Order: sequence, then C-alpha cells, then structure tokens
Amino acid sequence: MAVEAQTNVQMQAANKPVVNDFALMVATKNGSGSQTSNAVIIRSLFRMGIPVSGKNLFPSNIKGLPTWYTIRASKDGYVARKSVIEVAVTFNQDTAAEDIANLPPGGVVIIPSDWKWGKSRADVVYYEVPVKELVTQAQIPTDFRDRISNMVYVGAVAALFDIPMDIIRRALLDQFNNKEKPTQMNFGVAELAYQWMKANTVKSDPFRFEPMNATAGKILIEGNESAALGSLFGGLTVVAWYPITPSTSVVDGVLENLSLRRDPETGKSTVAIAQAEDELSAIGMIIGAGWAGARSMTATSGPGLSLMAEFAGLAYYAEIPCVIWDITRMGPSTGLPTRTSQGDILFTHFLSHGDTRHPILLPGSVKECFEFGWRAFEYSDQLQTPIFVLSDLDLGMNLWMSDPFDYPDQPINRGKLLNAEQLSAFISEKGDWGRYKDYDGDGVGYRTIPGTNHPRAAYFTRGTGHNEMAVYSERGDDWVKNMTRLRFKIDSARALLPQPVIDHDPAKKIGIISYGSNDPAIVEGRDQLAAAGVQTNYLRIRALPLAESVREFVLSHDRVYLIENNFDGQMAQILRMEIAEDTRHMVSLPCGDTLPMSAQWVFDQIMAVEKQATRE
Amino acid sequence: MPNELGLERQDYRGATSTLCPGCGHDSISNQIISAAYDLSLPMYRVIKLSGIGCSSKTPAYFLKGSHGFNAVHGRMPSVATGATLANNDLVAVAVSGDGDTGSIGFGQFKHLIRRNVPLVYIIENNGVYGLTKGQFSATSDEGQELKYYGRNELPAIDLCLEAIIGGATFVARSFSGDAKQVQTLIKAAISHRGTAVIDIISPCVTFNNDPKGNKSYDYGKKNEIALHEIDYMPKGYVPEREEITVGDYEEGSTVEVQMHDGSYIALKKLSHDHDPRNRASAIATLEKAQTEQLFLTGLIYYEEPRPVYGETLGIVNTPLAHLPEEKLRPSQDALATLMQSYM
Repeated sequence: MAVEAQTNVQMQAANKPVVNDFALMVATKNGSGSQTSNAVIIRSLFRMGIPVSGKNLFPSNIKGLPTWYTIRASKDGYVARKSVIEVAVTFNQDTAAEDIANLPPGGVVIIPSDWKWGKSRADVVYYEVPVKELVTQAQIPTDFRDRISNMVYVGAVAALFDIPMDIIRRALLDQFNNKEKPTQMNFGVAELAYQWMKANTVKSDPFRFEPMNATAGKILIEGNESAALGSLFGGLTVVAWYPITPSTSVVDGVLENLSLRRDPETGKSTVAIAQAEDELSAIGMIIGAGWAGARSMTATSGPGLSLMAEFAGLAYYAEIPCVIWDITRMGPSTGLPTRTSQGDILFTHFLSHGDTRHPILLPGSVKECFEFGWRAFEYSDQLQTPIFVLSDLDLGMNLWMSDPFDYPDQPINRGKLLNAEQLSAFISEKGDWGRYKDYDGDGVGYRTIPGTNHPRAAYFTRGTGHNEMAVYSERGDDWVKNMTRLRFKIDSARALLPQPVIDHDPAKKIGIISYGSNDPAIVEGRDQLAAAGVQTNYLRIRALPLAESVREFVLSHDRVYLIENNFDGQMAQILRMEIAEDTRHMVSLPCGDTLPMSAQWVFDQIMAVEKQATRE
Repeated sequence: MPNELGLERQDYRGATSTLCPGCGHDSISNQIISAAYDLSLPMYRVIKLSGIGCSSKTPAYFLKGSHGFNAVHGRMPSVATGATLANNDLVAVAVSGDGDTGSIGFGQFKHLIRRNVPLVYIIENNGVYGLTKGQFSATSDEGQELKYYGRNELPAIDLCLEAIIGGATFVARSFSGDAKQVQTLIKAAISHRGTAVIDIISPCVTFNNDPKGNKSYDYGKKNEIALHEIDYMPKGYVPEREEITVGDYEEGSTVEVQMHDGSYIALKKLSHDHDPRNRASAIATLEKAQTEQLFLTGLIYYEEPRPVYGETLGIVNTPLAHLPEEKLRPSQDALATLMQSYM
C-alpha cells in the first residue's frame, strides 16, 4: 500500500479554496498578553459555528521565552493537533525564521512590517502589517501598547480569512466579562488592523473561514476547569493542594466556581480549600479529611505525585477514600513542565512501596473530566481506596469543544459507611463489626467516621499490619488474609469502573487501543487509514485495572496497536502483564515527543507496520 | 467514681502498652486518660493522631472509645489538618516524638502551628531514636554522648521556641515525671482553641537514661524548675480575683486565665522572671534556659485564641462531613446555567 493522507496543502496546490479546514499558528513571546488575542480568535470561530480547537505550546517561564498557539478549524469536526500548519502569525522575532521554515509550500506568513527581515522563502505568501503604526494610530496609553499590539494580528486574521468584526467584538466582550472599556480599547486596534489589511492587501492564498452550524449547543472549556466543576457537583468538601504546572488550574477552577457551593444563608463555603506547604502535606490533608468523612481531593503533577508515594500506600492499605488528579507533564524529574505526556501511568498504578495497586480513571475528553470528577468520589467511597484520575496538560489546559455536561445520573452514594444507628443494627444482625472484615464477599468492609456517637464505632487506623478487627497484628496469616482481600477488592473494580468505549466490527482484523487525550488523533487517524484502505476497530481504555473487554479485544484481532503518549509504552507494559497469553497481537506505539498526538503520526506509524506486514 | 458521663477512669484506657517497662511515654498516656476522665470528655468526639515512632504508638494505649490514626512518619500534622477541616466538632489529641516533630516532620509542625489547626500537640521528647536503637535526635543536647553513636556535635532544637516563633498560642514544657503538671497542662490544652503544644521531656529508659544526660529520669527529677504552680478549674468555676494585666504579674501572685471553653487556669508565679502572656518574655525565658542549662517547665506562652484554620478558610459551621446531599451537590438548574455561560 502506498497511499498517503492527503494534506490541505496538496489540495491547495490543486488551486481549490480551502474553507474551514486549516490551522493557524501564532508565535509570540510569553507574557506578552497574546492569550487574549488567541482566545478571541478561537471564540470567534466557535461563534461562527466552525468546529475549532486550540493548543497552547508555552514555555516554563513568566515572560520573554517563545510561545506558540495553534488554532485549528475543521469542517469535519477533527480537533486533534494538526502536524501541518498552514498559516503562521510570526510576532516573535526570535523564532520567526524557524516558524517560516516550518510552513508547507503554499503556506501563509503574517508578519510585522516594522522588522528588518528578508523573504527566506519564495513558496509561501507573506502579508506584512505595520504593527507599531497601527497601535500608535489607535492612541493606546503607553502602558497597554505592548499587550494590545497583539490585537493587530486578530484584525489581520479577520480581514484575510473572513471573520466578521462584529463576531470579534462579541468574543472580546465574552473575554472581558462584558466590560465595555477594555473591549473597546482592544477592538479599536483590531478594527484598525482589519481596515488597513482590507485597504492595503491583495489576498493571494486559498484559506478562508465560512459560517457553519456545527457548534450550536456546544460549549468551549478546558479540561482542568471541567474537572473542578465535576468535583464541585460530586460533593467535594476538602481540597488540599500545592501549586504545580499543569494542575494549578484545577484548583483555580474550584475557586472560581465556589459560588456554586456557598451556603445561601451565611455566605460561607461548603468546601475547604487548603493550600499546603508541599505535596506531602496536600495528600496528608486529604487522607485525614477522607478518613473523617469528607469528600477530599488534590490535584498535582508528576513531581508532586512522587512526593505523595508514601501516603498513597497508607491510604491504600488503611483503605481511606480520597481523589488525586494528576495532570501529567513530561518527566522524568522536572522534565518539561509545560509539555504534555502520559508518562505517569505505570508509576501511579503501583504508587508506593510494597504490594500496592491503585485504580486509575482515564478521561478522554472535557466531558469525561467532568463526569469522572464526580464519579471519582463515588468509586473512592465505594471501594474505600484512593482513586487517581490521570488527565494531562493537553486535555487540562487547552480549550475543547464539547456537548454540555450531563447532570449526575445517580444520587451521592457514600458506600459502606455506617452511622450510629446503622452500626447498632449491623452488630445485632452480624454479631460483631470488624472494620476490615469482608461481610459481603466483595472485599470491601464497613467503616465508621470519627464523631459517630456509638460506644463501638471507634477503631484504630494504621499503616502497620492489622487484622480484620483493625487491631495491630504481625501474624503472617492476618497479613496474607488482608492482602488477599485487598487484591480481590481492586480486581473487582474492573467491573465497577468506567468500561472501555469500543467500536468493534468483527469483520475488521486490526485493532487500535488508546486512552486519554489521544482520542481525537485516533478518531481522525482511523478515518485517514480507512481512506487508505486500512480498516480498524478502536477500544479506548477509561480505567485501570483493565476491564475484561480489553483482553477480548486484544485476542480477537490479528494485530492490535497500542497507541499512547509516553516514551516507554507504559500501558502496553500493563497489557502485556495482564494479558500474558498474548504474545503476538500487540504492537506498542508510544509517541512521547512532547506534543499532543496528531492524526498524521497515528497514520504514519500504523501504515509503516502495515506496509511491512503486507510485504511479508 | 463515675464522671459526669457515668464513666469510670478505666473506661478511658486503651490497649496494653507494648513500650519498654518504665517508659516515660506510658506515664503521659496515663495523664491523658486521667485528664479525659476528669473532664468527662465524650470519647466519640475525640480523635487521636500520631506519626511514627515509640511515642506515636501510644494513641492505641489510651481512649479506646476514640477513633485513632497512626499516620506516616512526621506527617501527622497534615492528617490532623484534613480531619479537623472535615469535622470541626472533633477534639483532636495528637502525640508525636522528637524525631517525628523535630526532624522528618519539622516543616509540617511549623505549618500546622501557622495555620492554627485546633488540636493538642503533645511531643514525647526523649532526645533519641528508640525504635531504631539509639541514634541522636534533633533535640539531643550538644556534647551529649551515646553508646553507639559517640558525641553529638550539633546544637539542640528547642521545640517550644520553634512553636512560639511559629505563632502557637499555647506552648508548654513539662516532664513526664511530674504527673500533676502534665495532667493539668493537658486539661488546659484541651480547653484551648487552636494549636496547643506541650513538649514533655519523657525519658527513654533503654537508650537515653544515663543520669548525666539531660533527658534522663534522674536529671529531670533533680533539675526540674517549675515556672509556676498551675491549677485547672473546670467550666462553671467563678474566678476569685480579677484578671491581672501584663506587667502586674509579681512573684507569688496568681493569674487566672479563662480558656475558650469557659474553664480557668490559675498560674501562681514562683521565683522566675517570666510572664506567659508576653511573647518576648516567653522567648527570653527559653533563651535563658538554653544558655544556663535550666530545665524550666510550665505554661511558657499563652495568648488569646486567634481564628482556627477552618474559620480562616471561611467554611460553614456544620461539620463538612455531616452535610446532606442538597448542600453538597448544586442543582440541575445551576448546571444548566453554568453550561450556558460556556456556550
């Protein structure tokens, strides 16, 4: 097979107009205020009804280092990162040469005419904009000039690619919470740039936006804020955290939406938000809170998770509910704090010393960030164990289009939690109550919380060896019995936790397995593969330990590609461990190149193996 | 004799101690039991917290009717912080050691105090690591010698000084051999609102009880100098004297301080130039004790309670752990409105 995915640049070469199907990259300096301009472009396209996605590629820095923001419009609704970017807004002199070099033939450059530069390429279209002149003309106060100069490219993009200025204005109002003054100041500059472009530029590229009706009823939101909202609707009562990129906006999201959880009479909050001195303390606080009956949560990233390891083992062994969000970034070590990764899977699954194994939820969309946000508390209470939710920087910190979130479809269920009255009834029915005794054959005991006014409610929680009556024990048989029950409990979670999303046609013999934020790249990649004659099935894992259907999926295909965004193929290792009888089906395709996955990568990787297999 | 709850003293006991016979920690556990019994403390409202070490084992040995949590080494303060945020109606009694507090948990200790988490923080300070068989701790005195580890060349950390500097509003030092003072301080600490730190020198009979060492039983017995005679009067007590203001606290005079729960403590001043309500004076007293190698005990520092952590965070008065579903989950309409704002 020698069929390649057709790129838009090739379409353009055939001289067709390219409508609502290209990507635009804005290169600026970090801290220059370009976030507002980029958000305005995204929101405008969204308001035009065009499926859109944004990816922020930013440095670990406050001001000055280069930052890139890519905006993709896709009439077909694809929202993965696009590997080929057709339009470059080069507003950072430090990177302009490289940014231009990366364009495909036929690409477009929007560049300030204030700079001294030479046209390095003959096969791209250049549009120059007099940024300084326009900002001066707009009579912007000196203090605001640098930031507002980014509005020049908003106006230029609107003029070149047909975004109506009234829509830009509405997006600005949204951005500034309907405040007229900043909206007008920004709009003034954008409007001047728009008029200048219309008057002084002859359009000579094929790219254009056109209104559609594909975003009606949809929302635009980041994954971390979705996680925060899900937690707030899930009955979160104690958050403890230590700031770390890229997880910080999870707790920011809780803070920003705290009005949802204010007591109307007193104005006080039903959520305690404790900023801890480090992640050791953050997890200690949520474990103490979970033990005492709160629904508690922390959000962190790799280095924080490393610090939490010992406490995670305690919560696992002492069976204390709590929820830990890991918004994964590139490791090992400090790694790349502002680049996305799925590299914490193995470490988190077995976090802590000894025989420890944690359930993990793997949201693949902002909608699932919300849903798993509240469900994590349900699972944690029902299993009496920490639940880890592994999102990543791409899902967490970028804007995603989504259907509105669904209200929780079941009431809050605290699991096997006995109050004083229930404890009395329990003891008269069962004859005794042992905190770690398996009365129901499901591996989950009954717990009480401090403050339960019953003479037999108290028990001693410890990370040391204990028997089923929660009494200290160094006996081997007590240890084995307890660990056997714990293993059974976690194994049973396979059926309780979110099941994989499966698209399986038995006639197709090639399967793809992936998880998390790779979903958009897989969806698009499959379409490209199908167009090239490679028909695939798809299973998206949504939790660990693995559901039974993962095994069935692997064994029922001739070849299964496990696609993930880390370096070592960590999920593939878990599958190999759990599905030991499979020795020939699985091909591990880890990406781990610091970027959100692209459909092109998926296509290229699978095609390479398929070509080889066909030759054989 | 049964207390107000109809409980006997023995009802407040816990499991049998597994510490070495004669361990100072066991006498502290006994005073916790006595204090709780005397105060008619309902055990279901008490939580017992600890880290790791000999001292941290003791919560299993008192108040069997209370939930206990033996956490990880040095990080009990964070667990206590979370637990008291989840339920502000709990009475938290924490036990730690000098390794747990002064070394691995030093940061958590300071931050707990800074936040003013409401709990009694008892340090059973023996200046040695017992469970790992006799290493120096951060409170071991400079120049001290131990059998296997030779001479300690580093200065000791004074945990009371650290507590005062950290912002604690109740800071005391005692000696496990001084049962009455230990018990009275524990009662006062339970009645206090905020972090109450009691650093109790508690000899390790196995690894650090050489009469020459200043954490030994003999040394304590011979050298303890009480700053005052301290008495505790439970809620309902009517003070005999008017409260005396700072500066009027002369030798031999008595200060009565009303605690948060309505009880009183009376401090009859002995022969030392120390006023527990004056931060500078308290710090000077500790500095002097360090320089002159004095084993001063008593309530070293006390100030009017400041807001506890849950109040600082602005949470509702109802314990968060007891909130009903309608307070925990916003309405369907709230979600619909919210979704509209993202469109």
